[in-house]
Amino acid sequence: MSALAADRTGAPAILAGRGGVFGAMSDWVWRHPRMFLFLMLTPPVLWLGIIYIGSLFALLLQSFFSIDEFSGLINREFTLKTYGELFLPQNVDIVVRTVLMAALVTIASAIVAFPIAYYAARYAKGKWKAAFYLGVMLPLWSSYLVKVYAWKLILAKEGILNWFLAKLHLTWLLDAWLALPIVGGNSLSVSYTGTFLVFVYVWMPFMIVPMQAALERVPGNLIEASADLGAAPRQTFRNVILPLAMPGVIAGSIFTFSLTMGDYIIPQIIGTSRLFIGQAVYAHQGTAGNIPLAAAFTVVPIVVMGFYLWFAKRQGAFDAL
Amino acid sequence: MSSDRSQRAPVGLKVAAAAGLLFLHLPILIIFVYAFTTEEKSYVWPPPGFTTQWFAVTWNRPDVWEALTLSVQVAAISTVIALVLGTLCAAAISGTSFFGRETISLLVILPIALPGIITGIALRSAFSLAEIPFSFWTIVLGHATFCVVVVYNNAVARFRRTSGSMIEASMDLGADAFQTFRHVILPNIGTALVAGGMLAFALSFDEVIVTTFTAGQQQTLPIWMLEELVRPRQRPVTNVVAMVVVIVTFLPILAAYYLTRDGDQIAGAGK
Repeated sequence: MSALAADRTGAPAILAGRGGVFGAMSDWVWRHPRMFLFLMLTPPVLWLGIIYIGSLFALLLQSFFSIDEFSGLINREFTLKTYGELFLPQNVDIVVRTVLMAALVTIASAIVAFPIAYYAARYAKGKWKAAFYLGVMLPLWSSYLVKVYAWKLILAKEGILNWFLAKLHLTWLLDAWLALPIVGGNSLSVSYTGTFLVFVYVWMPFMIVPMQAALERVPGNLIEASADLGAAPRQTFRNVILPLAMPGVIAGSIFTFSLTMGDYIIPQIIGTSRLFIGQAVYAHQGTAGNIPLAAAFTVVPIVVMGFYLWFAKRQGAFDAL
Repeated sequence: MSSDRSQRAPVGLKVAAAAGLLFLHLPILIIFVYAFTTEEKSYVWPPPGFTTQWFAVTWNRPDVWEALTLSVQVAAISTVIALVLGTLCAAAISGTSFFGRETISLLVILPIALPGIITGIALRSAFSLAEIPFSFWTIVLGHATFCVVVVYNNAVARFRRTSGSMIEASMDLGADAFQTFRHVILPNIGTALVAGGMLAFALSFDEVIVTTFTAGQQQTLPIWMLEELVRPRQRPVTNVVAMVVVIVTFLPILAAYYLTRDGDQIAGAGK
C-alpha cells in the first residue's frame, strides 16, 4: 500500500494499458492514487461531516438562542442569556454532582479493573487468556438495559442483595450505611450508593481493555531487571509497572468518565430524584421544551471532555487505545 | 531467564481478579434465573417456583415481536451502511499518510467518544431545524453514524497486517481493480469485516440513548425495555425478553471473537 502513497503519475507505462471499461478504470486508479484516496474518503467524510458534525453545529447554534419565559417559544436571536442560566445555583449543583460522580466511578472502576487486567496481561496463558478476554468482552457487549435491569432486580427491597445480607445477619450494616447522609436513602435502589454501584458495573469493562493492552506492553525484562537490582515486588509494582501502565489507565478513564457523565438512564432508574446532567438535558428538551438550555447543558460535558482529552493526549494515552 | 516467583500470581491478585470477574457476571446470570420464576408481581428472591410458561406468553405478544422486528431491520441496514463507510475509511487511512489523516480518524471516533446523549440531542435538534419528521430512517441515520467506528477499528487492524505488496503484485500481474479486490483484498480482510459487521449489529441492536432522541412513535426493542424499566407492567415478559436479548447479543460477540482471534484481538476493543 505504500506505493499507493507515492505519486506515480509521471512514470511511463511499461505494459500496455488494460482493455475494457474495468481495465481503463483500474489503470486510472493505479495512476492517480491521490484521486483514488479522495474518492474513497468522500462518502464516509461526507456522511460523518454532514450528519454528525452538522448536527453538533445545529446543537451549538441552538444554545445561543433563548426561550421566552411567557410564551414558551424559542427566540431565535443570538444571546448568551441561556449560558447565564447554567450558573444558577440549581444548575451548578447538577454539574458538580455529575462531574463528582463521574470522577468517583472512574476511580472505583480503575481499582476493580486493575487486578483483572493485570492478571490477564501477566499471568493468564493460553486457554485462560481467552477465557479472560471473553470474560471481559461478554459483559462489556451485553445489553446495557439488561444490565441495568439486572441491578433493579438485585437492589429491590425483596431482591437478592437484601436476602443475602439477611442470611449473613448483616442487615444492620446496610441499615447503618443507608442512615448516612448523602450516600444513604430509603433503600439502595433510591440512593446515590445504588447509582454509583450500577455505574461502576456498567462502565468498568471499558476500563479493563485499554488497561490490559498497556500492561501487556510492559517489557518483562524490565520487571526482571528491577527484581535483580533488589526491588521488592511492591517496589517494582510502584516504580516500574504502574508508571508504564498509566497511559492505559488514563485511556480507560476517558470511557468511564465520559460515559458516566452523559448517562441519563441509570440515575433515572436507580437513584435519588436529584438530577444529573443527562437527565437535565433530557428533561429540558422533552417536557419543558427548552431546547436552548438543554443544548447549553450538553456543552458542559463537551468542554469537560475537551480538557480531559487534551490532558490524556499529553500523557500519551492515545497510543494505548 | 525468569525466576519462579514472577511466573506465579500472588494469591491476593488471584482473589481480586476472580472477585472482579464474578462482579461482572453474576448480575447477568441472575437474569437467567428470573426468566423462570413463577412470581409475577415482585422481584422476590429466591423465586418461589420455576415455570416455563412465560416463554409461551412472550411468544404470543405482538408488541414484543414488532419491537424485535424493527430492531433487527434498523440494525441490519445500519450495519450495511457502516460496513461500506467504515471499510472505505479504513482502506484510505491505513498505509497512507496525508494531511488531515488524524482529523479523519478523530471524526470517525468522535460519535462514540462523546456521550451518547450529545449525539442524540444533536441529531434531534438538527432534525427539528431541518424539519425532518421522525421515522424509521432517522433511527438508521443515528445508528449508522456510531456503528462506523466499530467496522473501522476492525478493518484498520487487519489492513495493518495485510501487506500492500500483494495488491501491487496483483495489479502488476494484470488483474484489474475489481479482480484485485475480489481475489486479493477481500479474502484478506473478509473475516475482519464480518466481525466488525457483527459487532456493529450488536451495538445497534442494543442502542437506546441515541434512539430515544431519533425515534418518533417507533419502538425498538431497547425502547420497549426502557418503558418496562421505568413503569414495570409485565415483569415476567420483561424477564424473558431480557434473557433472550442477552443470548442474542452473546452470539455475534462470540462469533466475532473466533473470526479475529488469530492475530488482531481488536474485535471488541472499545465499544
